[in-house]
Amino acid sequence: MAGEIQNPIIRVRDITVQFGATRVLDGLDLDVKRGEILGFVGPSGAGKSVLTRTIIGLVPKVAGSIEVFGVDLDASNTSQRRNVERRWGVLFQQGALFSSLTVRQNIQFPMREYLRVSQRLMDEITIAKLTMVGLKPEVADRFPSELSGGMIKRVALARALSLDPDLVFLDEPTSGLDPIGAGDFDELVRTLQRTLGLTVFMVTHDLDSLYTACDRIAVLGNGKIIAAGSIADMQASQHPWLRQYFHGKRARAVMG
Amino acid sequence: MNGDPKLERIAKGNALALCATGTWTASFAPVLERMVADAEKLAGTSQSIFIDVSEVAKLDTFGAWLIERLRRSLTQGAVEAQIAGLSANYSSLVDEVRRVRATPVIDTSAVTITGMLEQIGRTVAGVAGTVAGLIDMLGAVLAAVARTLIHPRSFRLTSTVHHLEQVCWRAVPIVVLITFLIGCIIAQQGIFHFRRFGADIFVVDMLGVLVLREIGVLLVAIMVAGRSGSAYTAELGSMKMREEIDALRTMGFDPIEVLVLPRMLALVLALPILAFLGAMAALYGGGLVAWLYGGVDPEAFLLRLRDAISIDHFIVGIVKAPVMAAVIGIVACVEGLAVQGSAESLGQHTTASVVKGIFFVIVMDGVFAIFFASIGM
Repeated sequence: MAGEIQNPIIRVRDITVQFGATRVLDGLDLDVKRGEILGFVGPSGAGKSVLTRTIIGLVPKVAGSIEVFGVDLDASNTSQRRNVERRWGVLFQQGALFSSLTVRQNIQFPMREYLRVSQRLMDEITIAKLTMVGLKPEVADRFPSELSGGMIKRVALARALSLDPDLVFLDEPTSGLDPIGAGDFDELVRTLQRTLGLTVFMVTHDLDSLYTACDRIAVLGNGKIIAAGSIADMQASQHPWLRQYFHGKRARAVMG
Repeated sequence: MNGDPKLERIAKGNALALCATGTWTASFAPVLERMVADAEKLAGTSQSIFIDVSEVAKLDTFGAWLIERLRRSLTQGAVEAQIAGLSANYSSLVDEVRRVRATPVIDTSAVTITGMLEQIGRTVAGVAGTVAGLIDMLGAVLAAVARTLIHPRSFRLTSTVHHLEQVCWRAVPIVVLITFLIGCIIAQQGIFHFRRFGADIFVVDMLGVLVLREIGVLLVAIMVAGRSGSAYTAELGSMKMREEIDALRTMGFDPIEVLVLPRMLALVLALPILAFLGAMAALYGGGLVAWLYGGVDPEAFLLRLRDAISIDHFIVGIVKAPVMAAVIGIVACVEGLAVQGSAESLGQHTTASVVKGIFFVIVMDGVFAIFFASIGM
């Protein structure tokens, strides 16, 4: 346990991912520290989602190693891997709620699978999670198709948090939300990180999120991390894409 | 560090302190719930109760909620309950949980007799709706045909050819194989039973009439309903789910014209072709069995077949094919466009598409049988 605290929570070394002849990630290294919110940016199509999906094991890699919570995911057996999966939550870009289950059933699904908890407690915790992500308890009995885009994101976050994970992956959590909703969401991620002691890995395009929510930023380009550091480091960087990203018209408007 | 959770009672004069220790997390939830339920009974034994959580080693939402649940039920029992000793780390979590409005869960899924009767009533009433929906779609398709005839340039040839490949060309192997086997089976059974009367040769009559009039087209129509009707429903249904059909509408396209018409046309062209190929395969299979199993050599088979059947038999069979295709296509498209937002709904409608498609095909076949009998064909 002591070693785990010092070590990064995610340790990615020399990852290479290839689809046919195109090499998407090329010898990429990345560390995510315990308790931080890491914002992950890069041009569209650079492979941000691919890296996320590689870490959580949905995309096979050609080479490299991934350690999460100090467990090498390639060398781990099924029970170790399940243990790791139980400790992380994933928010997919489109929410990926189970469309034939209600909000309540969606949130309780991982609980039923992994915990031995009474129905009463599950119902109460569901309401608690919904409150935490800023939804009213009445939403619990609706189906995903009856929710707005922002609500789907919030329910998906509540589901990702349902087992009280130590680590959450957020894939573009604020895309498709109105600026106020997106701002609320950033605030929410910050609050939850404080109250639950989460580590957050957030893929985003949203400059506001980077400024308000993230502790550290990593930039993906040409299949590698081209820069990692605080927002000030990013602004000081001379890399052409970073200069354009952080000093473009929109960035100036955000910094206002 | 990760000890079992405990809730100890320590009396302090008039007040009572409940000391929570150990790990208050989801993995210990059953133990925690029992302890909290026990402690809830303390309401009334003391004026004020402190819930001391300073010794808690680890707390998550489950643990925090259970402490909050205890505090609430004690407060309800007219006890002054307070949570004390919160570390800075956990106080925000407990605060967060405190905001939760606990609403009693209303279970609406109870099964009652009236509910079941209501369900049956609704299903029966829904049959009328189904028929109306089919007629509605038939009208919409015919209107689209008329529009396309007036403006032939709006016809989607590429799409039609694509669907023709999917439902006709790619269906040929399986349709031919299955009808061939059915032809073999009919001939074998016929020979086996007719032989007792010394009437082997009549198997050719039976095979010819049965295959050309009924089995050929009916079997192929059922296969097409299962193979292509379900595909149409799934395609249109998933497009509906992802708002692609709404997108078409907003761009000024008529989904009937763009999506339904090419599919319907492909099916109406495909089914007669498949029915013809199927009938030929069945006759070939039957002839093969008659020769190898029944000793009817091919020449005698063909001679007998020419006597037994007339062009009428063939026409009776093949005329039914486009009508059945239209029925299958309309059912499939209606079901596809009725899909709601969930994966479950997609599954239900795909099932309904195949079941209703086959049902209507058989009903149509019966109607045709009466009709042809009346006009003496």
